Amino acid sequence: MNFNTLLRHFREGTKNVFRNGWMSVASMLSIVVSLSLLGVALLLVLNLDRAADEVDRQVEISVYLNLDIQQADRDRVEQEIRDMPEVQELTFVSKEEGLEEMRETLGDAMVKGYEETGTNPLPDMYKVQVIEATTVPFVADKILALNDGRPEAPIYEVDYGKGTAEKLFQWTQTIRIVGLVLVIGLGVMAMFLIANTIKVTIIARRREIAIMKLVGATNRFIRWPFFIEGVLVGMTGSALTLAILLYAYSRVELAASSWKAALFTMIPLHEIWLWFSILILGLGFLIGAWGSTISIRKFLKV
Amino acid sequence: MQDVWKTYPNGTHALQGVSLQIDRSEFVYVVGPSGAGKSTFMKLIYREEVPTKGQISVNGFNLGKLKQRNIPLLRRNIGVIFQDYRLLPKLTAYENVAFAMEVIEAPRKIMKKRVMEVLDLVGLKNKANREPAHLSGGEQQRVAIARAIVNNPSVIVADEPTGNLDPETSWGIMQLLDEINFRGTTIVMATHNKEIVNTMRKRVLAIENGHVVRDQLRGEYGYEF
Ligand SMILES: Nc1ncnc2c1ncn2[C@@H]1O[C@H](COP(=O)(O)OP(=O)(O)OP(=O)(O)O)[C@@H](O)[C@H]1O
Ligand SMILES: [Mg+2]
Repeated sequence: MNFNTLLRHFREGTKNVFRNGWMSVASMLSIVVSLSLLGVALLLVLNLDRAADEVDRQVEISVYLNLDIQQADRDRVEQEIRDMPEVQELTFVSKEEGLEEMRETLGDAMVKGYEETGTNPLPDMYKVQVIEATTVPFVADKILALNDGRPEAPIYEVDYGKGTAEKLFQWTQTIRIVGLVLVIGLGVMAMFLIANTIKVTIIARRREIAIMKLVGATNRFIRWPFFIEGVLVGMTGSALTLAILLYAYSRVELAASSWKAALFTMIPLHEIWLWFSILILGLGFLIGAWGSTISIRKFLKV
Repeated sequence: MQDVWKTYPNGTHALQGVSLQIDRSEFVYVVGPSGAGKSTFMKLIYREEVPTKGQISVNGFNLGKLKQRNIPLLRRNIGVIFQDYRLLPKLTAYENVAFAMEVIEAPRKIMKKRVMEVLDLVGLKNKANREPAHLSGGEQQRVAIARAIVNNPSVIVADEPTGNLDPETSWGIMQLLDEINFRGTTIVMATHNKEIVNTMRKRVLAIENGHVVRDQLRGEYGYEF
């Protein structure tokens, strides 16, 4: 194939998009609808997953130390917790800081008495965050086990909101599964929608292909403009989808950011737009290329 | 063509033992009742169908041994014309004719000149930019003829090219084909038009029931309906 012929294929492919006017519009719309469904589902699931993650992360283990703990014991416990592979972060909260926190949550009145008498009933403590939220109960047990075989137990109590935490994990797990099912379901639906559009196009094209073959066109010669036409329709459809989705997302993000009390935050657009664009445009390309290829394969055997 | 048989998958014996030769620059009418096997005979020439048995050779291509991917090469040397024109509906007259030249990857400059030349020959130079839907039947058939001859094929196969046209338009088409034949192109034409066959006095092949029952030079139509 020489360069002129290649140019000719591009020209014909582009012209065909316009020649087939309504058919092109219909195919494009079907791609926009399917990709939008898929895109929305994907964004939804990603955000829910992140929300679930954030909620998970809010579950931390409180390790209360005994009041009469020695500095050396404290350092050893801290080191041992830090060395556990499941542990991500460990923060020391002294009894004074604990009191300060109490003031914030319960109010001045509660704390005043202690301050005036100079007594602080709170122990020193560690706040432990784990890498994988589901390991919280296990890690909590492991930390408590540090007391074993010590004459003077360094740890007074380990607490992680038993029960509530477990319920929360179940809930976030459910969200993840539902999201996955949603994405797969909509993906299958999108495929059916597109396959159907292709079927309609095929029937309209059957006669034309037969004529081209009678005039002596090779399969490759017929295929190229179809391919380019399909890719153009697919890419235009996906670009349109992308514009709609990104705009809508930015609006929702804006609205959500003013909503202070939120338990979690949305994924910022700038973090996802690049790969999301590549994904949607790539899908548009694939749908167009795949659609045009399979739609004419049948009729080339004339 | 040597002892050619064609049986369709449904069991119809469309051709039964046809042997004949058509020479370069001949003009041959193929006549016979409906369902006799005329179209089948034509389809075998441009290899839309393959014979169940027997040998066919066209332009030095042995069709029995022709590979699938070489079929386009054969067809570029055969111009085909049909009763229903078979133009690409979304292309203009010019683009339809040019398509046949694009297929052989002709340089654009030569193509432009040649397409206008043949459109002029069939008398449609000033309607080059119309789509088939905006042309009359006779004009569409002229576009089809222009497309068939644009690459200077050695053979033209025409299956009832005047089947849908009124007598006057038919004569115009016949004159055109005669002229093309005069320039050295072999023409094989199936027809039911008695008047045309009897007036032109060319070789006539009569097919009935899948057999060649008559082969006359300067023949007549020979059927009365
Ligand atoms: N694709 C096909 N499959 C099965 N049978 C066919 C096919 N094409 C033609 N036939 C049968 O083969 C026989 C010859 O058909 P053909 O089309 O060659 O006739 P014809 O002489 O061209 O008729 P007409 O003058 O009506 O065009 C007919 O009996 C027809 O029904
Ligand atoms: Mg016929």
